[in-house]
Amino acid sequence: MAGTDPIHQFVIYDIFELFTLGGDGTEGSGTTFAFTNSALFMVLTVATITLFLLLTTSGKKLVPTRAQLTSELLYEFVAGMVRSSAGTAGMKFFPLVFSLFTFIFAANMFGMVPYFFTVTSHIIVTFALSMLVFLTVIIYGFVKNGPKFLKLFVPAGVPGYILPIVTPIEVISFLSRPISLSVRLFGNILAGHITLKVFTGFAVMMIAGLGAFGWAAAILPMLMAIALTGLEFLVGAVQAYVFAVLTCMYLNDAIHPSH
Amino acid sequence: MVTQAYAQEAETPADDHGAEAAGAADAVHVEDGVHADPTADTHATTEAYGDAGHSDVFPPFDPATFPSQLLWLAITFGALYLLMSKLALPRIGGILDNRKTLIDTDLAAADADRQKTDAAIAAYEKALAEAKAKAQGIANETRESIQADLSAKRAAAEADLSAKVSTAEASIAKTKAEALTHVDEIAAETAQAVVGQIVGDVPADSVRAAVAKVKG
Repeated sequence: MAGTDPIHQFVIYDIFELFTLGGDGTEGSGTTFAFTNSALFMVLTVATITLFLLLTTSGKKLVPTRAQLTSELLYEFVAGMVRSSAGTAGMKFFPLVFSLFTFIFAANMFGMVPYFFTVTSHIIVTFALSMLVFLTVIIYGFVKNGPKFLKLFVPAGVPGYILPIVTPIEVISFLSRPISLSVRLFGNILAGHITLKVFTGFAVMMIAGLGAFGWAAAILPMLMAIALTGLEFLVGAVQAYVFAVLTCMYLNDAIHPSH
Repeated sequence: MVTQAYAQEAETPADDHGAEAAGAADAVHVEDGVHADPTADTHATTEAYGDAGHSDVFPPFDPATFPSQLLWLAITFGALYLLMSKLALPRIGGILDNRKTLIDTDLAAADADRQKTDAAIAAYEKALAEAKAKAQGIANETRESIQADLSAKRAAAEADLSAKVSTAEASIAKTKAEALTHVDEIAAETAQAVVGQIVGDVPADSVRAAVAKVKG
């Protein structure tokens, strides 16, 4: 029903409108907020994560069941990630990193189900998440270290005459973090889903246009699509991991600003 | 779904620019009409986007969807953060801590038991060595006391025997001396008898004097 348009899967439509801020009261003016298909999948993502974690650990078994062990492994995986990148002082950000990792991971996995919307395929979502990390780093960095946080831009042990070159580079790399963080996730998910759709679209078009011969020819793009599906599951998991690891490393800068 | 979605998109510009409303609506219709032919679909939708006059053709870059997405991201991610930090993570952390504490206490208890066992073994071996030493001491003591007793008894027996020998010797000497004192009398009596037979009676005193003379 969605045809073979590879862009169509990213369309956001309103399920129902909520309210409008500003504007002159006429139809279409001001900023309209609505419950969209994207919002539906955000809610599903959060509900799935929460229900899974709470239901699997409801027994609080000393010897864990398989399901409880899954939750425990997830916990220890993220906790280990935070501890190794940001140290024990970084553990106060553990809930944040855990929420980011599980949110992106679950959203990516939801996106792999046919006809489901992929929340992370929209730049505004990934950018908002990366800005959350970026602002957390800046605010916590200044609150904890005061002006010493600026040492982040002046690497220790660098000769004075190189500093005019190094410091601007450090500043630019710091400022580009939210962009690289958000575009990496957005780009990977977007490109992967378009590629998948294009290859499956080939198969559909061949069958529609070439008849019996099309059925045979469609095997090739279908095989490609199957391989890409596996790859996309991997990409979805790896991108969630990359986002979480980079978050930990950026938080480490806020906790220990001197290199 | 398609129609609904595209109609949504088409509505926004239609309201902004009244003149384009008809165009946007047409675009939707065009798409609906073309849908029967899948091969033409891609082409048709592209055209539809173009016809609608959007500045934001590509859905991920459509700013009209940003407020809703940001609102729901804030609501859902905020809820997730709260649920994780207040409910799920403390619970899992509690389970893991609980298990770790239990394992640590069990290990400590096992270690304490092992040390107790070691101490008991050492005490047993010490007691065994002491008992052995004691047994040897008792054996030595007994042997010595038996030997002492034996030698004392032997000495006593020897002393007794020598005493008996000496008394016997004394009584022999006494008997001999006594016997020797009787010899004179026997001799005198014998001589008196002999002389009486031969000569007639002689006074006893003279016989005795004569014996004493002979003897002396």
